[in-house]
Amino acid sequence: MNEELFISGRDNLNIDPVLHIWHWQIPVYLFLGGLAAGLLFFASLYTIQNKDKEYRTAVKIAPFLAPFALILGLIALFLDLKHKLFFWQLYTTIRLESPMSWGAWTLMIITPLSMIWAASYIKEIFPNWDWKFKWLIQFDKWVVKNRKVFAWLNIYYAIILGVYTGILLSAFNARPLWNTSLLGPLFLVSGLSTGAATIMWMSKDQAERKMFSKIDLILIGIELFFIVHLFMGFLASSQVQIEAANLFLGGEYTAMFWIFVVGIGLIIPAVLETLELLGKHIPVFVPATLILIGGLVFRFIMVDAGQVTRYLY
Amino acid sequence: MKTNRRKFIKISSVGAGSLALAKPVLGWLPKFLESEGPLDDSKAKKFPTYCEICFWKCAGWTYTNDKGKIWKIIGNDEDLHSNGRFCPRGTGGVGMYYDEDRLKTPLIRTNRRGKEEFRKASWDEAFDYIAERMKKIANKYGPECVALFTHGSGGHFLGHMLKAYGSNNITAPSYAQCRGPREVAFFATFGRGLGSPEPTDIRDTKCLVLIGSHLGENMHNGQVQEMSDAIDKGATIITVDPRLSTAASKSKYWLPIKPATDLALLLAWIHVIINENLYDEAYIKKYTYGFEQLKEHVKNMTPEWAYGITTIQPHIIRETAREMANASPAVIIHPGRHVTWYGDDTQRLRAVAILNGLLGSWGKRGGFYLPEKHHVPEFPHPKYPTPTKSWKDAFPGQYNLAAETLASGICDATIPNPDRSCNFKAWIINGTNLIETLPDRKKTLSAMESLELIVAIDTMPMEITGYADVILPECTYLERYDDIRVAQHREPQIALRMPAAEPMYESKPDWWIAKELGKRLGLEDYFPYENIEEVLDWQLKQIGSSLEEMQRIGVKTFPRQEGSPYIADGEDYEFNTSTGKIELYSLALEDEGFDPMPVFTAHPQPENGFYRLIYGRAPMHTFSRTSNNPNLHDLMDENSVWINPKVAKLWGIKNDQYIWLKNQDGIVSTFAVKARVTERIRWDSVYIVHGFGHANKRLSRAFGNGASDTQLITNVMTDPIMGGTGMRGNFVTFLTEEPSKEEVES
Amino acid sequence: MRYAMAIDTRKCVGCSDCVVACQTENNVPIGYCRDWIVETVAGTYPNVEIELRSERCNHCDNSPCVRCCPTGASHYEEGGIVTVHHNECIGCGACIQSCPYDARYSHPEGYVDKCTFCLHRVEKGQKPACVSVCPTKCMYFGDLDDPNSEVSVVMRNRNHKVLAPEAGTKPHIFYLT
Ligand SMILES: Nc1nc2c(c(=O)[nH]1)N[C@H]1C(S)=C(S)[C@@H](COP(=O)(O)OP(=O)(O)OC[C@H]3O[C@@H](n4cnc5c(=O)[nH]c(N)nc54)[C@H](O)[C@@H]3O)O[C@H]1N2
Ligand SMILES: Nc1nc2c(c(=O)[nH]1)N[C@H]1C(S)=C(S)[C@@H](COP(=O)(O)OP(=O)(O)OC[C@H]3O[C@@H](n4cnc5c(=O)[nH]c(N)nc54)[C@H](O)[C@@H]3O)O[C@H]1N2
Ligand code: SF4
Ligand code: SF4
Ligand code: SF4
Ligand code: SF4
Ligand code: SF4
Ligand SMILES: [Mo]
Repeated sequence: MNEELFISGRDNLNIDPVLHIWHWQIPVYLFLGGLAAGLLFFASLYTIQNKDKEYRTAVKIAPFLAPFALILGLIALFLDLKHKLFFWQLYTTIRLESPMSWGAWTLMIITPLSMIWAASYIKEIFPNWDWKFKWLIQFDKWVVKNRKVFAWLNIYYAIILGVYTGILLSAFNARPLWNTSLLGPLFLVSGLSTGAATIMWMSKDQAERKMFSKIDLILIGIELFFIVHLFMGFLASSQVQIEAANLFLGGEYTAMFWIFVVGIGLIIPAVLETLELLGKHIPVFVPATLILIGGLVFRFIMVDAGQVTRYLY
Repeated sequence: MKTNRRKFIKISSVGAGSLALAKPVLGWLPKFLESEGPLDDSKAKKFPTYCEICFWKCAGWTYTNDKGKIWKIIGNDEDLHSNGRFCPRGTGGVGMYYDEDRLKTPLIRTNRRGKEEFRKASWDEAFDYIAERMKKIANKYGPECVALFTHGSGGHFLGHMLKAYGSNNITAPSYAQCRGPREVAFFATFGRGLGSPEPTDIRDTKCLVLIGSHLGENMHNGQVQEMSDAIDKGATIITVDPRLSTAASKSKYWLPIKPATDLALLLAWIHVIINENLYDEAYIKKYTYGFEQLKEHVKNMTPEWAYGITTIQPHIIRETAREMANASPAVIIHPGRHVTWYGDDTQRLRAVAILNGLLGSWGKRGGFYLPEKHHVPEFPHPKYPTPTKSWKDAFPGQYNLAAETLASGICDATIPNPDRSCNFKAWIINGTNLIETLPDRKKTLSAMESLELIVAIDTMPMEITGYADVILPECTYLERYDDIRVAQHREPQIALRMPAAEPMYESKPDWWIAKELGKRLGLEDYFPYENIEEVLDWQLKQIGSSLEEMQRIGVKTFPRQEGSPYIADGEDYEFNTSTGKIELYSLALEDEGFDPMPVFTAHPQPENGFYRLIYGRAPMHTFSRTSNNPNLHDLMDENSVWINPKVAKLWGIKNDQYIWLKNQDGIVSTFAVKARVTERIRWDSVYIVHGFGHANKRLSRAFGNGASDTQLITNVMTDPIMGGTGMRGNFVTFLTEEPSKEEVES
Repeated sequence: MRYAMAIDTRKCVGCSDCVVACQTENNVPIGYCRDWIVETVAGTYPNVEIELRSERCNHCDNSPCVRCCPTGASHYEEGGIVTVHHNECIGCGACIQSCPYDARYSHPEGYVDKCTFCLHRVEKGQKPACVSVCPTKCMYFGDLDDPNSEVSVVMRNRNHKVLAPEAGTKPHIFYLT
């Protein structure tokens, strides 16, 4: 029998016996960031493709949620900070190697972009709206004229934001569960899928709904593919990563992950949406909520389980 | 420096591929937001002290920070006990001072003993209460019926007070519960006890044999430091211990002996050394007495014989004996310190002494050096009255070789017994937690029941203070002057302790307590001073120093008066025994009717389902006194019971599971203790660290953590030679379910 | 200049003096620590070996904690010492996540704290508090670039290892075995 123990009773708060320095704030932040990225991605995509008439919800209505999601996300991030009065230090430097720094700056840029995007559609949706100030009216006009440019900017930052939500974790080699390059794309796809689900939910237009239902199905397929590869990769890797994978394959996160994330968050919505596409009537909010719940739980589990995994030495 | 560093950061951060924006612009940080870094030494003040967390008495410096608050304690580089490095307990000594559970005011009992109900009292009230009762006892029974138990520096002053009052019954648990047997054994052999610090020349040894002394867990500083030096120099270490102690893990040989059989191993070693002619012949001839008798005595005590008893293989016994002989005379069969194990401890330690004698290590470099102590005169005082009674009257004809008072003896003599003279009526207890310190707790409690007065002087609310009628809060060693530390070493050295801060709350030093109580007892003539500084300064001036000098330097080393600490080869040297030689055959023991050479007797082994309870030290704690110390509690907050994996499996006990221990007399540990399932221990024994399982609720951190070994030590094997209380003859079994209340209290 | 520490596992007795000394020297709050002791036990009775290690931040050459810090609070000092400017730290926890040794902790005041190699002492030519208190003198500290420093000498003469080399952080605490 072998033993490894701390004999000086190491007991740093939130570090021992297992790391638990990130609580609910970070998964919420990642979820909201992913959701906003998804919303902005589709809005910009269809604008660039000149399909803003067909996908009115995606381009003009759903993006209204994005700034709220981003601001709530930033609030969550702020709540995570333990030395809050110093938060401004984030914006005194750009650290290219620090995902946290990138994320902070990306949010700094995409949040106003998303606001501008949403604001520029206010007049179209509420024709009686009055901007009051002359310069605002002029600015609005300017934005509308350059909508394509904004769409490109938005799509660019939305992808960065989506990928970032995964990279924030995968940059930490020290946590074997996160230490995989699949996490970036996986989080991006998951973010897009929550965005698509939200659009689908909000849309009143049958054709648009069908389109997003299909998009969702494809994204779910990609997610499942990534998840399978994630575990195959772990199992083919070092001992610490095998142990990380084992948390989900018989360990303490198994039920949570396979039931909530894969079952309720991916497979059941996929089945429901397939049925819908086949003509069965399924209330749209059901698959949409399931996808959103799945996306949120996924981030909670990844953040939590990742902190449990560690190097052995 | 600051600007340089800043530049360096910029360069390195650019190098790291980052873009540093104009940070200095934002350097408007409000001052209140700046957090405190470590303190600059130059703003600190330091005061000499010597450590009171154990009895090694290392000298060092107490540092206070820029606000005058106690900050840290660091060893004094000139100090021979610590060489400038304190052990974890000494370093964590600051926690003694900051512990918010400390005794804050004198307290007087308001309910029966053991029920912890006290009221706050002023010092005057407390002294009047004590003095009134002490006077009554002196009148009614004689002053000799007051005993002082004391373990620690303040005992000097209280002892002076008690002797002036008329009693000589002053005792410490560090004799009959600790080093007593070894002092008697070494005195009988070499005409000299070992004392403290032990004069083991470990730093230069080539072979160190540790029999149960678990240096590294037993953090007696100088020895631990020198063991490390010895490892560096490639010395062979042989450790005999039923448990893979830390020292055992550093040893070339670990002999996992069956507990209680060490004497057989020692005799077999002696056998091998004599039979293979491995001893130092010239040394034996010149300095020893009784070699031929010894040779005859151990004739049949072969390694094969010992194997059957100890489970140590014969070839290992031979090999290790040869290792010792090869290293001779730079070899140390370490005497240990807490040696009251099985009741035949003086004889076991005699075997240790004999082995050292055979190998010629006494007075040799790498063996035992001859220590020297400086003489510091007593402050003049009137002659003490001559007592007419002593604790020894209770034991006619017994323990004549005991050179100090037995704490357990006083306890025995307190229990009313018409056949025993000198029944004690009052105990003054200073710095010893008798409830956790004396084995056979029932006896301690019944002795206390018959007392008319119990005074406890302590810094903390401990088990013992719960039984006192009056509790006097002493300030910690960091807040007081004490007696000058005069200790033996390679060179004589003295050390000063002075306060680094004012006493917190209403606590007071022992010198003041002794003086004020003395005054109430009408003994003011014995205390002709206002302040201890006068006394210390006078004493120091007698030896060519002064209080002022010692306040500056902390320790002072004097040249040796007694020549070299080593006996030169062939030097004529007379030992302080009746033969003037090292007595392999002890006439003193023979005179008292004991075996002149050690004889092995078997001790009971545990029955089925029971395991021998062995105990020891954790490096970060001293007995029960540190378990509530915030800094040290932070390092280790409870003890665990070590169980061999095979045994754990048998019982279905998992690592870290909480269980209860029940001993052979049905005593169940009050608190649950965590199981540590480990290969580091034999399957016939379990091990716990002494000093945990505190039952005093006022210890907010330590209460209820772990198990108390003392509670489970109900079987005492008394040493017939000197009255030591052998404490390792107790066996425990496991309870995996929480026992009922009745079971615990039975 | 490159500071490093070498710790002799043959001499360390796991006493935790280095832990308390760090705590008092650096005002590390009770309940937290910058260094700690690990004991490993291998084998089966009676053939058992134990290793005792005093661990702390490894002052890695390739330290993820510095890289991932969004504010630059975590940085290299002269001699490769990795420290945190408390006043620049936002307490985001990224560096804590990034350290394979769990060497950092979140100070109750909010910022992240860890071993500084006692920079404040080293600057004055003193040894780190843990090194100078260790009763077994099993810790060696100094400049690896100086071939005569005690750490260079002892590393030349003894076998040594680092912890979790596979994490790729290039740690600078060496364990003499
Ligand atoms: N950290 C720390 N250090 C201390 C103290 C402290 O409280 N804390 N107290 C100091 C004091 S006053 C003393 S007296 C010393 C005591 O320290 P030592 O004299 O070194 O210790 P013991 O308590 O005699 O021995 C404990 C060891 O004996 C082993 N043992 C148990 N039974 C047997 C047996 O039958 N045979 C053999 N060979 N070994 C056995 C145990 O496994 C354990 O390793 O420590 C001193 N040092
Ligand atoms: N079961 C069991 N019993 C043992 C031992 C064992 O290992 N197991 N070991 C034995 C040995 S070797 C020894 S030496 C003895 C030691 O026995 P003790 O000396 O009784 O040891 P402690 O339990 O530390 O008790 C010390 C008491 O002194 C108080 N104290 C601390 N500092 C001060 C101070 O500055 N002033 C005053 N007035 N009080 C202070 C503490 O609060 C505590 O109540 O125990 C012996 N008894
Ligand atoms: S050995 Fe440790 S506890 Fe004992 S006196 Fe020295 S520093 Fe203090
Ligand atoms: S102080 Fe030294 S011996 Fe003690 S644990 Fe630390 S490194 Fe080991
Ligand atoms: S040990 Fe951890 S905190 Fe220290 S430098 Fe390396 S990665 Fe950073
Ligand atoms: S917690 Fe502080 S030091 Fe760590 S990464 Fe965040 S800002 Fe940097
Ligand atoms: S070098 Fe200083 S800060 Fe680091 S562990 Fe040692 S004492 Fe603590
Ligand atoms: Mo002792």
